[in-house]
Order: sequence, then structure tokens, then C-alpha cells
Amino acid sequence: MAKILIPTPLRQYAEKNNSVEVSGSTVGEALANLTTQFPDLRKNLYNDEGKLRSFVNVYVNDEDIRYLQKDATAIADGDTISIVPSIAGGRS
Amino acid sequence: MLTQEEISRYSRHLIMPEVGVAGQEKLKAAKVLLIGTGGLGAPVAMYLAAAGVGTIGLVDFDVVDVSNLQRQVIHGTKDIGKKKIDSAEETMRDINPLIKIIKHEVALSSANALEILKDYDIIADGTDNFPTRFLINDACVLLNKPNVYASIFRFEGQATIFAAEGGPCYRCLYPEPPPPGLVPSCAEGGVLGILPGVVGLLQATEVVKLILGAGEPLIGRLLLYDALAMKFRELKLRKNPECLCATGQVKLIDYEQFCGIPKQPEPPPMSAEISPKEVKALIDAKENFVLIDVREPHEFQIGRIPTSTLIPLGDLPKKVAELDPSAHYVLHCKMGGRSAKGCDVLRQAGFKNVRNMTGGISAWSDQVDPSVPKY
Repeated sequence: MAKILIPTPLRQYAEKNNSVEVSGSTVGEALANLTTQFPDLRKNLYNDEGKLRSFVNVYVNDEDIRYLQKDATAIADGDTISIVPSIAGGRS
Repeated sequence: MLTQEEISRYSRHLIMPEVGVAGQEKLKAAKVLLIGTGGLGAPVAMYLAAAGVGTIGLVDFDVVDVSNLQRQVIHGTKDIGKKKIDSAEETMRDINPLIKIIKHEVALSSANALEILKDYDIIADGTDNFPTRFLINDACVLLNKPNVYASIFRFEGQATIFAAEGGPCYRCLYPEPPPPGLVPSCAEGGVLGILPGVVGLLQATEVVKLILGAGEPLIGRLLLYDALAMKFRELKLRKNPECLCATGQVKLIDYEQFCGIPKQPEPPPMSAEISPKEVKALIDAKENFVLIDVREPHEFQIGRIPTSTLIPLGDLPKKVAELDPSAHYVLHCKMGGRSAKGCDVLRQAGFKNVRNMTGGISAWSDQVDPSVPKY
């Protein structure tokens, strides 16, 4: 099981969970299991072509999966997957 | 050269070998531009002024509102209605009259960004919207200036340094902004008042370190801060070889359009909107309609319209099945943004008679019932 950390803006689509334990041997499988469990997350994570949205990055531990094997990046028990969306707040 | 007055004022810096006279002189010679004098800009401006950063530029065009004071500690109650840059300048001058403050009372745009940024050594981005953040990034890439970046949402913050020599830029991390509607803004999502204090001072720390050339700058690392968990985490940021900054294709563009924000927001069809006064008339006439409040439960507690039913926007898709598609619905939120999305959800589910209350409960308070608090 790997742990997926859900960022604040997306928690409303994941029944307010801040982290979810999921199974899967790759990042793609883990995220698929996550979005099966919480279908509302899907449109916030993936575009209409099923690709990860470009304002959302996914990390395994501290490494961006774009520089690993993307969706095919292998995960092991105890790994932490972080979903990191861009946030803009600060001035107003 | 430090004056006697400066030596006295900065003595706690001067007796530290990591700063010393040489470091304080670097601070004095430094020119830092703070974009935004709000939640993040407030602590950054106050501490950089106190630390003796010789020239501090401020960019803002907003005025101080009472709802800012929960976190923008550079402004006080006496400043409500004043221009933020004037109020910020006043506080900074009180903290340290020895520094130079340059005020840019403009909205940063593709037309003026390069001209404003070019005279500074370091830029600190404390803005609150995606178009300006991409603009600042691109201008910093073009001018080869480090962008000390921070952003906040509710009780989470992010900080890093973009566009430093050899380091990644904002586009390396996020090539594109989120389409409008997918990520809530701070005004809709809220922010814990203390959060920008912590995150802004991370930003100020990195500015001072860059000036001094001390320590390990936050380049190539994204620092994530979660105030509720009280945890800091660090992720690796890499320069993306396919990024515009690596291929030399950065140029300033129309950022509003880039972020999917229409130039002239298209007015929704008249039938899609209803004013608070018209809603009041429906209620008074005991018309048969369902008033749905799509805000969050904690907002509902602040104030509500008596006949409304609470279904937070995030829950609406799941609740659609329980609603009668043939009934007449009016949706509202705080300002009208989220409820417009809620109307779309219902319409996509085949509901025909769905209207959005223009201006949300804020307009209700203005136009119908001032006893409902605005927030």
C-alpha cells in the first residue's frame, strides 16, 4: 500500500481526506484506484484526453514523476505519493 | 558605507560573522521589488525594511479593506480605504526611515512589467492570481532575475525560488495555469490569517540569503508547508528541458487570455441570472422554488438566507439524483461564482429551470437584508 497525500484544494472531492492508502504497483494504478474510490477527483486530475492536467504534478516521495517513468513509475509499500496542484493565493 | 546611525540600528546583524559590515552593506545596496502588498507582501515588506534592504519597490493598486486586516498586518484599522502602497509605505517608514521605498501604483501587465522589474535585483511574487504569476515568471526569465515565490491556500503554503541562474522557472513546474473554475481562489477558499505570516517570512528569508550569498538558497526545491499538520516537506524541482525557458521561447503574452479568462466576460443569458431583490419577491410571494446555498457549512454558519438549503458545491454532483429535475431552482454562494458552476452542474443533469442569484449572499446583504453579515 502507498499513501497518497491529497492537497487542500482537492480534499472536497475526496470526502475531506488528507491522505488515502491505496494499492497498486505503479503511480498510474494507484491514481486509478484513487479516482475509482473518489470519482469527483478525476476531472480535477485528468483532462478530457485522460492525461494528467498540466497544473497538477505528482511526486513519488520527493521526485516528480515526469522525471521518472511518469504513470509507469513503480511504487513500493510505504512510498508517499503527493499530488501538488498550483495555488495562486497571496495578495488579496 | 554604513553611517553611524546604521551601525547602531543594525548592530545585531553586524556582530554576526555571516552578515557583518560587508553583509549589511550588501543589504543596503540591494534593490528588491515586492509585487503585492497583501498577505504575503505585508510581512516581507516589514521585515526587509527592518533588515535594512536599501531599496524596496512596491507594486499594488488595491485599497485596504476591513477584510484584509485579519492577515495583512502592514495595514491597520486606520488605513481602511487608503491605497495599500501608501499604507505599506507609512508602516515601513516607521519601522525604518533609512531605506528608500519606490511605489508603483499599477496593475502589473505585459506592457509595463519589464520596465518596472528591470531596475531591481530580486523580485518577490506575493500576488494572488495565475495571470500575474505567469507574467512575473516570464519577465524574470527574460530579465534573468530571481523570483522568490510563495503562494498560499487555506492552511497550506508553497515557496521556492524560480528563474535563478541555472534553476527551474514556474513554467518548468506548471506549464499551464488551471482553467478557471477548477481551483478556487483565496477569496472563495479562504486563508488562515497566520499562514501568510509564516510563508511570507520564508520568502523574506530567501530574499535576504540571496542578497548575502549565504546558506543554501531554495532553488530547485519546492517547500510545502501545512499549518494544520505543522509539517514542512520538500520536493525536488527540475529545470524542464522542454520548458519555454530552456528553449529560449519566453515572451510576454496576453496572460488573461492564456489563463482562459475572457477579456469581456460574456454576460450569461438573462434567464440564467436572478437578482437578490427578485429572489426576495419570490420568497414573499410564497412561490414554489428551491433556494440552494452551495457554500461550505462554515460559511453557512456566518449568515444565511432563511429559506435556503445547504448543499456545498463539492457535494452537489452526488445530490443531483435526490433533486426533482422539474422543480424551479435558485442557487447562490458568497459572490456568485461557485453558484454559477452549481447551475451548470444541474443544467448538465438535465434540469431546465435553474437560475443563479447575482452577486451571492454578499449582494443579498447589500440589496435585501443588511443584517446578514458580509465576510
